[in-house]
Amino acid sequence: MLAGAAAASIVLVQTASGKAFQAALTAAELGPEDPTKVPGVPPGTLGTRSPFEKPVKTPSDTSSRTPLQDLHGMITPSDLHYERHHGGVPAIDPVQYELVIHGMVEKPMIFTLADLKRFPSVSRIAFLECSGNYRGSNDGKIRPQEICGLTSQSEWTGVALSTLFREVGVSPKATWFLAEGGDAAVMTRSVPVHKGWDDAIIAYAQNGEAIRPEQGYPVRLFLPGWEGNANVKWLRRIELADAPFMTREETSKYTEAVGGGKIRQFSFTMDARSIITYPSYPAKVEKGWIEIRGIAWSGRGKVTRVEVSTDAGKTWQNAALQQPVLDKAITAFRYLWNWDGAPTEIMSRTVDETGYVQPFLKQLLAARGGNMGYHFNPVTAWYLQGDGQVLFKGT
Amino acid sequence: MQGSTIKFISSALVVVAVSLTATDLKISRQHPRMLSADTLSQPAHFGFGRPATAAEIAILDIDIRPDGKGLPRGEGNVGDGKAIFQQKCAACHGVTGTEGPNDRLVVGDTTKGGARRIKAIGNYWPYATTVFDYIRRAMPFNQPGSLTDEEVYSLTAYLLNANGLLAENARLNAKTLPQIKMPARDRFVPDDRKDGPEIR
Repeated sequence: MLAGAAAASIVLVQTASGKAFQAALTAAELGPEDPTKVPGVPPGTLGTRSPFEKPVKTPSDTSSRTPLQDLHGMITPSDLHYERHHGGVPAIDPVQYELVIHGMVEKPMIFTLADLKRFPSVSRIAFLECSGNYRGSNDGKIRPQEICGLTSQSEWTGVALSTLFREVGVSPKATWFLAEGGDAAVMTRSVPVHKGWDDAIIAYAQNGEAIRPEQGYPVRLFLPGWEGNANVKWLRRIELADAPFMTREETSKYTEAVGGGKIRQFSFTMDARSIITYPSYPAKVEKGWIEIRGIAWSGRGKVTRVEVSTDAGKTWQNAALQQPVLDKAITAFRYLWNWDGAPTEIMSRTVDETGYVQPFLKQLLAARGGNMGYHFNPVTAWYLQGDGQVLFKGT
Repeated sequence: MQGSTIKFISSALVVVAVSLTATDLKISRQHPRMLSADTLSQPAHFGFGRPATAAEIAILDIDIRPDGKGLPRGEGNVGDGKAIFQQKCAACHGVTGTEGPNDRLVVGDTTKGGARRIKAIGNYWPYATTVFDYIRRAMPFNQPGSLTDEEVYSLTAYLLNANGLLAENARLNAKTLPQIKMPARDRFVPDDRKDGPEIR
C-alpha cells in the first residue's frame, strides 16, 4: 500500500504545478492526496494499471498461473492470462511468419499473417484451461491461483479453420491433423479433423489486440472447450492425415491413469468446473452479509446452474448467474449470504447443459481407480474459521 | 405521417429480426457452434495464400509416425548413444536416466516407493517412434534441433536399451525402430467419456 502511494505521488511531482511543495514531502507525510486540487496526468499512448493494484501471475519453470482471486467478471486481462509452454516463449517476426497446411489436401498452401487476416473472421469469448489444473494443500493455505489458476478467458479472433480447410480442399478421408508450433519445443498435437470443421479457430487476436507472445503470437490454434495443450501456440504447420501421430505430449504427457492399469488418451474435453474466488484464502472475513462470488465453466457447452452450499454440502442453493452465459465460457456467479460467524464450509458445484454435475474429489478418485492426474475438476471447499480466516479444504 | 413511418420501420425491423433468427437456426444446425449466416455467400476458394512446394514442405515436415513414416536414413547404436547421453542429457535426466532433476526416462528400480508414478519410456511410452521424434525436435533443451539424425538414432537406441527393450549390439534405423513393441502400448485406451452426466 505504501509503495503504491509513493508511486502515485511521483506521478504528481512530475506533472503538477506545485512541484517544489510536493517534492518536499515524503510519501509517508503526503497522506491521502486530494486529486481535486492538482491537475491529473495528461492523455497517454497506453493505458496503465493503477499503481495501487498489483495482480501478478505466479510463475514456475514451465507455467504461470492467473490470480483468479484478484479478478472480477468473466474476461481475464491479457497480461494475466495463464502461461504454459514447453520450450519458452519464442520471438516470431510477423512479417516472416507463415502457416503451412499440407498432407491429405488437394492443394498444399502457405498463408502469411496478412493472408490469414484477409479471410472472413470469427470471434468468440471462451475459456482456455490446462488439463493439469488441480492442486490441493494439507494446511489449507492455498489460493484459487494455485488450485486452478491454469484457466483464463479471452475473446479470441481469427479465421475459422473450416474456412482454411475448404481453401486447401481437405480430403474426406482425413480424420486427424497434426498441429505444430514454431517454438523451441516445436510442440505437436494430433487433433481430430471434425473439431477443425466444427469450431476451431486459427486465432491472431486476443481481447481486441494481437495475441500476446505468451499466448502464441502471432497465430495459435484455438479449440473451444478442449484441453489447453492441444491449442498449439505459435502455429507454423498443419498436416492432414488418417491417423493420430502419437506425439510425446499426447502419449507420455496429457494422458491419465483411469484404473485397471489403463491409461486414457485423447481426452480433449474439459469437464465442468467451478470455484468460489471470494471469499477464499488468504481472505479474512467478518460475520454478516457476504456476497459469495466465483466462476464456473464447461468444455461441453453452457453452464446451466451453479449451486452453493454454506453448510459443508448438506444443503445447496442456486447461485445467480451473471449474463452473458456463453457456450464453453467462464460464467461468473454470485450468492448472497448472511454469515452468523460460526465455523463452516462453503463450496460450489456447477451443472452444465449435458447434465454433468461437478464431482467431489472422492468421486473422481473412485471413478479413476484412485489415481490423480490430468482432468481433475473437483468441488473446492473453503473452511471459514470462527475468526473469519478462510482456508482451503479438499472434498 | 411521421408516426406511421416509425411504425413501418419498427414492423420491418421485426420482420428482419424474425427472418434472421430463422436463418441462424437453420445454419446453426449445420455449424452448431457458429452463427455463420455470412458463410453462405462465401466462395469455394478465396485465392489467398500461395501453393506450398514439395521442397518448402520437406523442410518443415519432420514428424515421425508410429508406423515409421518420416524416419530418415542413417542409423545408430547403443554405445554411441550412451556417450552422447552422458555428454548432453545426463545433466537434466541423471547419469542413468532415472535421477532427474527433469523427466525420468529409464524405468530402473521400481521397488522404492512411488512406482505407479514412474512414467518412463519403458513403462509408459506406447510407441518407440515417439522417442526419436521428440528428441530430434526438442532436445537437448538448451540446444534444440542440434543433433544429427545419427545421433538421434543412437540416443534412441541407448534409451531403449536402458529400458530393456533393445539388445546391446543392435543397430537402430528406419526399418528396425518401428518394429519395437513397447510394453505400455496396450494400456492406452481412447477417451471413454461420453459428454453426459457420468463421472469418468
